[in-house]
Amino acid sequence: MTDDALQRVKFYQTGTQTVGNRLMDADSRTVQASTDRSNAITSGHRACQGCGEALGARYALDAAMRAAGGQLVAVNATGCLEVFTTPYPETSWQIPWLHSVFGNAPAVATGVAAGMRMRGKTDVRVVAQGGDGGTTDIGFGCLSGMFERNDDVLYICYDNEAYMNTGVQRSSATPPAARTATTPAVGDAPGNVFGTGKNMPRIAMAHNIPYVATASVADLHDLEAKVTRAMGIGGARYIHVFVPCPLGWGSASHDTIRIARLAVECGLFPLFEAVHGEVVAVTKIRRQVPVEDYLRPQKRFAHLFREGHEDRMRVEAIQLMADANIRRYGLVDAEDAK
Amino acid sequence: MNGDKLPFAITLDPGSSLHNHTGSWRSERPVYVDRMPPCNNACPAGENIQNWLFHAESGDYAAAWQALMRDNPMPGVMGRVCYHTCETACNRGQLDESVSIHAVERFLGDYALREGLVPQVDAPPSGKRVLIVGAGPSGLSAAYHLTRLGHAVTIREAGPMAGGMMRFGIPKYRLPRDVLDAEIARILAMGVTLELNTKVEDIDAAFAEGFDAIFTAVGAHLAKRTAIPAHAAGRILDAVTLLKQVELGEAPQLGRRVIVYGGGNTAMDVARTVRRMGADDAMIVYRRSAKEMPAHAIEAQEAEDEGVLIHWLRTITQIDATTFTVEKMRIDADGRPQPTGEFETLEADTLVLALGQDADTGFLTRVPGVAVARDGVVAVDGQMMTGRPGLFAGGDMVPSERTVTVAVGHGKKAARNIDAFLRGGQYEKGAQPELAGYDRLNTWYYDDAPQSVQDQLSMVRRQSGFDEVTKGLTEETALFEARRCLSCGNCFECDNCYGVCPDNAVIKLGPGNRFRIDYDYCKGCGICATECPCGAIQMVPEQA
Repeated sequence: MTDDALQRVKFYQTGTQTVGNRLMDADSRTVQASTDRSNAITSGHRACQGCGEALGARYALDAAMRAAGGQLVAVNATGCLEVFTTPYPETSWQIPWLHSVFGNAPAVATGVAAGMRMRGKTDVRVVAQGGDGGTTDIGFGCLSGMFERNDDVLYICYDNEAYMNTGVQRSSATPPAARTATTPAVGDAPGNVFGTGKNMPRIAMAHNIPYVATASVADLHDLEAKVTRAMGIGGARYIHVFVPCPLGWGSASHDTIRIARLAVECGLFPLFEAVHGEVVAVTKIRRQVPVEDYLRPQKRFAHLFREGHEDRMRVEAIQLMADANIRRYGLVDAEDAK
Repeated sequence: MNGDKLPFAITLDPGSSLHNHTGSWRSERPVYVDRMPPCNNACPAGENIQNWLFHAESGDYAAAWQALMRDNPMPGVMGRVCYHTCETACNRGQLDESVSIHAVERFLGDYALREGLVPQVDAPPSGKRVLIVGAGPSGLSAAYHLTRLGHAVTIREAGPMAGGMMRFGIPKYRLPRDVLDAEIARILAMGVTLELNTKVEDIDAAFAEGFDAIFTAVGAHLAKRTAIPAHAAGRILDAVTLLKQVELGEAPQLGRRVIVYGGGNTAMDVARTVRRMGADDAMIVYRRSAKEMPAHAIEAQEAEDEGVLIHWLRTITQIDATTFTVEKMRIDADGRPQPTGEFETLEADTLVLALGQDADTGFLTRVPGVAVARDGVVAVDGQMMTGRPGLFAGGDMVPSERTVTVAVGHGKKAARNIDAFLRGGQYEKGAQPELAGYDRLNTWYYDDAPQSVQDQLSMVRRQSGFDEVTKGLTEETALFEARRCLSCGNCFECDNCYGVCPDNAVIKLGPGNRFRIDYDYCKGCGICATECPCGAIQMVPEQA
């Protein structure tokens, strides 16, 4: 049988779910499957065991490096990612990388892009990145400006839903009911409040920028495809990557990807793409689970599941959020709906 | 560096975080393991199924076949007649449907015959001679494995053809003779001497001829009888004799309405054979129910599909010319059939007894030291050796389940032990790895894919001739089926561990070489083990 015919048999044991697959065309494998990947963040960094952000950032930047042919500058807001990769005098970065302060990464990236343009380096692309604190709270104004000016920057937010590096304080991305150092699980309304919060991807869409997407460390093929697509577009682009934090969430270090997968499969973290403010594609839920499956393995939600005192009301309220996402984005095909 | 003059904080050159060996944080370390896949664990012939499927998945059928041949010399036969306990054990059965292992095995067997592949043998000649008594599946398997181990083998067979029960017990619609002949011929072509129509009666005389060891595998082919009062002696035959006569082209004329008495695979085979020979009615009478029958459900199903009528819970009590009186039975609390005192009659003109077979081991039990286990079968020890040093026995003549696959497994096991005996030692089985159960898998990563179905011959042709009933897979479906394998407990190089490590502490060694953990940087988070689809990574506590 020729190689061609082998590729026509579409089933590859794990299909396209795994990172690579020895039976698949090299082109169909992920960037992460390649020994040529940039390894934007190399070994020896100080991230905790099982860090989702270390993983998400390497996934995104390695894909961006491949898409940009290695011509990439990354600007980094203050946060875990900056701290654990660059304790003086060491660095884990194997790409041109620039740290400014907590709130101005989008503005600095705008400047880098302008500088490159002035010097005629039109092939150099710029990525800015930060955690949810640097993005949805402290850098929010600069980011909104960058969007509004449609500067040629891809901004990537690694969302672990609180200020982890400084000791797990809540951010505007912290989900309802989650326990943090500043939203303790005590009293009549334990954990973070219900009802408000900042949905950054939808805020980005409201700026009518060329490209907005959500991605998860649990779906590498999907994440790389979105980064690659974003790198092929000019102007302001935004990708919001879901990255579990074993330390802040109280989950087992080996469960980082599993937790991220459950967040997608229960509907709490929808995967979609939007072009000029309109949702154009969603990644369907493959095996739907109740939100409880996602919440239970995390100690930040343990107060919802105390033996004999289960907080069904709050679990139900969170389920309603997931159901709303499923309806809004059409995450489950009608015939598969429970 | 010019640190003497400048303040400390601006004197250090940028360094890489590679200086920081985060491996020291670790309390558990990931270790690559090869666990025992359930299919391999269940195979009576000890095949490394996961391994040969691995090669088949990449389309390297020759390598797959060579891997298969390390354990089983007759894949073409096996893929047709084995009852595939591997598929019952297959973890994929809990996901959607088990992998159709037998169909891929058959594809590989047929592929090798078509391409004329021969097994790779590289052992130097040992100078030892082994006699094998009986050219059935056990004897042929032992001959093959002993030859691969470098010994000179002679097979003596009492009958006119090699194959044993594969030829005289399994009808050709299940096992076409060209496949059987070709796979036997391939074993003989390795240098095995076959002497047909040569019955071995005297073991001591055979040793005196200069054989260093003898393996007896004469099977069990003496039909069991039962006493049924018959006022006018109708035509009463026994199943093994009838099947043998059909094979030799000496089948007697049968009546129009034939009753087969028994509930084993032989009963099913003989009823289906009788149907093909032109009997109007082929019936099976069995004293217990479908639940207790020794026949495999698939065989009973195929017999019924072909129009064989099975009378469950009946015993034959009397025969009067063409009227058979049968008594209804019921199953008691202990699962035993009990008479009910209710009778009915069946019209038939021929009775075929399929009540099981005994082993003809008289020639062996005369040998000093050889013990009989029960019902004439010979006792062997863990090395398959009888009480007479150098005399081994296997297959249907020793206590075990009587299938071709078990017999082939006996041949392999005996060969290993005979080899050790001839070299003055004892065969030591390696430590068995831990079972790769379903709970070891991360099934998220596997795509849904239903089992490929093997086509069957049309019913009219099934009822009128001896053409093979079940068709083989095409290359495309065989490849698809091989690729349904979950590779339980054994790395198949999906790159997951390499991709999911937050610390880049997994080193990819390239195709066929798998991966290595870089313990200088591995923090022991365990994501690689959790996200390994097939359970080939184990977390092991670090020593304090």
